[in-house]
Amino acid sequence: MEAEAAKLIGAGLASIALVGAGIGIGTIFGNYLSGALRNPSAAQGQFANLLLGFALAEATGLFGLVVAFIILFAF
Amino acid sequence: MASTEHGGEQSGGSMPDPMHQFEIDRIIPINFFGLDASFTNSSKWMLIALLVVAGFLILSMRGRSLVPTRAQSVAELAYEFIANMVRDNVGTEGMKYFPFVFTLFMFILACNMLGMVPYSFTVTSHIIVTFGLAAVVFIGVTVIGFIRHGVGFLKFFVPSGVPAPMLALLVPIELISYLTRPVSLSVRLFANMMAGHTMLKVFGGFVVALGFLGGWAPLAFMVAFTGLEVLVAFLQAYVFAVLTCIYLNDAMHMHH
Repeated sequence: MEAEAAKLIGAGLASIALVGAGIGIGTIFGNYLSGALRNPSAAQGQFANLLLGFALAEATGLFGLVVAFIILFAF
Repeated sequence: MASTEHGGEQSGGSMPDPMHQFEIDRIIPINFFGLDASFTNSSKWMLIALLVVAGFLILSMRGRSLVPTRAQSVAELAYEFIANMVRDNVGTEGMKYFPFVFTLFMFILACNMLGMVPYSFTVTSHIIVTFGLAAVVFIGVTVIGFIRHGVGFLKFFVPSGVPAPMLALLVPIELISYLTRPVSLSVRLFANMMAGHTMLKVFGGFVVALGFLGGWAPLAFMVAFTGLEVLVAFLQAYVFAVLTCIYLNDAMHMHH
């Protein structure tokens, strides 16, 4: 296989990391919503934690994107 | 990024190169004893971020009125926001590190927000900048831990209530997770900023490529996505500051 083709395939495979980020973000917002609907008065206090969890979950997916960029451009 | 050398040739057609925005130009070349210490566009935007933060805080607090004006209440809001964060996460004795966390937060926030201005340069989209910030946090926190607890800080890597044979496995894991902190801290900020700006540029290219008739759909997406990027710009500055506080708390109180 040509190195260029292998690089493109590898970068595509690295992007699969975004699946995990999607699951994580969905879990966080879904659980926040169900919790907030059960106890709306407690929802405001957890909003900062929600944003923190969202940012942390999103970042793990972006690590995969960084791997893809490294494969594409650094090698 | 090393992408700029061959990134231009790879993106074919009329699409502009989405990596072009991360290019570093030397504005004033400075050679410092064989090191390339040029004043670049990155340095320029760091300086602008510094001037924006310092100028805003100095000018808005000049009145020092009891009933704050609009600008003064924004500055007080930012102060209270970070002060509460430090108080909640580190406790009152952590307040002596408040100036550092506040500076860190305001600098990253200003860099991220200035990066959202068209034709500007996002300083935090370069890993060396974010890694520099994260390394300062990491080294500082480790030094604080050793100053406060002496050699006892090494107990931080030994979880309590674990049978001795398991320690052989757990101590290296704890050590590795501690040592990857600056990496994850810096890559999180850098990856968020770079990925967001690349995607904005790619969709901006779609708007141009689809023309006047078809370009509206990606343009609408662009507007929504720019809003999300502003949120991410704030959120990443917040996350960086919160994690700095959490690491500081670990070093000062050793919750293990």
